[in-house]
Amino acid sequence: MKVVGGLFLNRLALFLPLALFAALTIVLLLGLDKDPSELPSALVGEPFPSFSLPALHDADRTLDERDIIGEVVLVNIWATWCFACRIEHAMLNQLAEQGVKVIGLNYKDNREAAIAWLKERGDPYAFSVFDEQGRLGIDLGVYGAPETYLLDATGTIRHRRVGVVDDRVWNNEFRDLYAQLMAVQR
Amino acid sequence: MTVELGHIALIVALCLACIQAVVPMVGSFSGYTHWMRVGHSMAVGQFVFVALSFACLTAAFIQDDFSVAYVANNSNTLLPLQFKISAVWGAHEGSLLLWALILSGWSTAVALCSGKLPLILSARVLSVLGAISVGFALFLLLTSNPFDRILPIPPLEGGDLNPLLQDFGLIVHPPMLYMGYVGFSVPFAFAIAALIGGQFDSAWARWSRPWINVAWVFLTIGISLGSWWAYYELGWGGWWFWDPVENASFMPWLAGTALMHSIAATEKRGVFRSWTLLLAILTFSLSLLGTFLVRSGILTSVHAFASDPERGIFILIFLGIVVGGSLLLFALRGPTMRSATTYSGWSRETMLLINNVFLVSSMAMILIGTLYPLLADVLDMGKISVGPPYFNIFFVPLMSGLMICLGFAGFTRWKNTEGRALLHKGVIPSIVSLVMAFALPMFMVDKLSWSNYSLTAVATLLLVLWVVTMSLEDLWLKSRGKLSSLRGLSGSYWGMLVAHMGLAVCALGVGLSTAYDAQKDLRMVPGDKTELGGYQFQFVGVERVEGPNFIAYRGNVEVKSGGELIVRLSPEKRNYTSGGQVMTEADIDGQLHRDLYVSLGEPLGNQAWAIRFQVKPFVRCIWLGGLLIGLGGLLAALDKRYRRRRLRKGADESSGGLVFE
Repeated sequence: MKVVGGLFLNRLALFLPLALFAALTIVLLLGLDKDPSELPSALVGEPFPSFSLPALHDADRTLDERDIIGEVVLVNIWATWCFACRIEHAMLNQLAEQGVKVIGLNYKDNREAAIAWLKERGDPYAFSVFDEQGRLGIDLGVYGAPETYLLDATGTIRHRRVGVVDDRVWNNEFRDLYAQLMAVQR
Repeated sequence: MTVELGHIALIVALCLACIQAVVPMVGSFSGYTHWMRVGHSMAVGQFVFVALSFACLTAAFIQDDFSVAYVANNSNTLLPLQFKISAVWGAHEGSLLLWALILSGWSTAVALCSGKLPLILSARVLSVLGAISVGFALFLLLTSNPFDRILPIPPLEGGDLNPLLQDFGLIVHPPMLYMGYVGFSVPFAFAIAALIGGQFDSAWARWSRPWINVAWVFLTIGISLGSWWAYYELGWGGWWFWDPVENASFMPWLAGTALMHSIAATEKRGVFRSWTLLLAILTFSLSLLGTFLVRSGILTSVHAFASDPERGIFILIFLGIVVGGSLLLFALRGPTMRSATTYSGWSRETMLLINNVFLVSSMAMILIGTLYPLLADVLDMGKISVGPPYFNIFFVPLMSGLMICLGFAGFTRWKNTEGRALLHKGVIPSIVSLVMAFALPMFMVDKLSWSNYSLTAVATLLLVLWVVTMSLEDLWLKSRGKLSSLRGLSGSYWGMLVAHMGLAVCALGVGLSTAYDAQKDLRMVPGDKTELGGYQFQFVGVERVEGPNFIAYRGNVEVKSGGELIVRLSPEKRNYTSGGQVMTEADIDGQLHRDLYVSLGEPLGNQAWAIRFQVKPFVRCIWLGGLLIGLGGLLAALDKRYRRRRLRKGADESSGGLVFE
């Protein structure tokens, strides 16, 4: 009897990988709907969370939500450790040149490296907020850098993009909404 | 016409793959030997048709046939010929076709080299490979057909291949990586055939060992090339980013490395049978998971050029059938009996087990890190992003532990090794490494002080010297100090030695380039000078140059050491005309002990430029180590005992005497 029980347990142990895989499949299946690049945010339609954090270029200067509210702006979350951000950067420079106001949120990063990065690649940001601990990131529910939020003049989040903003994404998701918001602002 | 021919060839290949999957398997159960033999010719036929299909797509690229959507999206008339060819696998559809081509290539190799294999085993192996081919051919034809036309009005000029990918690295990196990824389908197929047949003697392990070695060599070289490509092409000076796509190739490598070691124990001693089977399934599953992660758009990454939920669902179903099916088979038929043979204490079996624990935990922690943001999101635990700090915290200690154990590799014996003898052999190497590890960092800097004595360097040297001295001591004892007896050592032994040394060289590069990396970002006007890491850099100026499909600003930087000119570096800022993308092309002067890395930033007006200067000591050792690891795998695969079997086979069967490599 004992031997049979032992064999049964041994056989049961062989099912363990299958069980783990089944769990993983469920996660992936659920994750497929939650395509990160189209993640609907609970924050769309909500005001931008309040915060109080130092500026990237000037540790003594404290910024808060009032520095962001008042104009139609893009808030871009970036970091030097973020691989995709370097691809996105050229697009942000282009947008800034076209007159779009972009505000940076430097996320869980090293201040010196971040400043050097902007020096090398150009600085599209009107200013960058330095969120070393990722506190504002938690309030926003940041999935990972890069992320971009479109805010209207009242500081309400109107659109969120998780992942790189490139030409296609800008034209499909942002351009019309941005033009609309700008028209309202004027 | 060519394009339609390619499309039809792919459909024919699918049909042949279906026959290859079904007929030999049915034959193996009903005992029809001629049915079992069908798989061999089907595999060859399938390869011919997939190759034809691939050649047709390549021809469409060379002829600038922009009526084909895939060509129009990824190539234009200005693209140099070699990049038109490499653009074939530059995006989703073509890279999958390359995958299918390589899979059919491996199947053909199995079909041609299986002369000595029991027919029933080779029939089942080919049937499993055929089934995987069916999945990929269907995936191509149903969701990602590279032969789709844009009709009735084709564009006159194509888009452009991502400039990041217009590089020699892209020509060789993906094919190497895929050779490795897909190569693990062979041990997977062997494991499934063993499970179906219920035969867990060492036969399947012995037959799949050389295949594992060869696939692993390709994967090793592919990953090294990828890292090297990121280093010089991204213009940033980093060589590993823990990007999901890099992780996707690294996980099968770690599992494959564990498999390589555990299957040795299974073949020689008959232990770890279920574990080895599981690893064979796991390694190939991770290759498929890598495809899923990259291609479904489930994780955001620069490598994910195409993301499409429909493809994601297809891959997930495919993954479910292949992995779920094989794990179910494993659960139902896997060997439960404890192996009859025993081992104790410090035996080689124990050491291989420890090795597997380190490798598989590293793999698991990378898997968790890669999927955790997704998992946390699904479970509503809040949103978390996982960056390099997480990976480094786990990976560095695990690899350090692995290297400590690795020092003992050569000294261990099967069944039992005396612990005291093992410790005794470690005495001299540990003294040598301790003394040198603490002494050497004093000579690595100009003016020694507490602040520049690097503990990272000490730790790195300690591990590296430990592995090197232990391996050399083992070599000394095995050859009894005589050069002549070196030739008597087996290919597997040399393979192990070279691969382990390669790991040490790689670790040396990682550790020392981290410890002594120096970088500066400066605003430079022509004539400006700066000093970094003992080198004087002078910015001479910037000129405009025109390439075939880009316009560039080319900087000119002179580097001197002790007043003597060493090298002129010309980093570029390229503007690609068709896509308007701007790329930073760094210029690198590489030597074994240091790289000088200069990249041109943005123009700051009045002839001033932002320039990044980097001095990276020993960074080249990372890839040199990678190549040595690959070479080790190759030496092991070329071991005489595999060739002897092949020679005998050639004598037995005149038709089957084909050489492996």
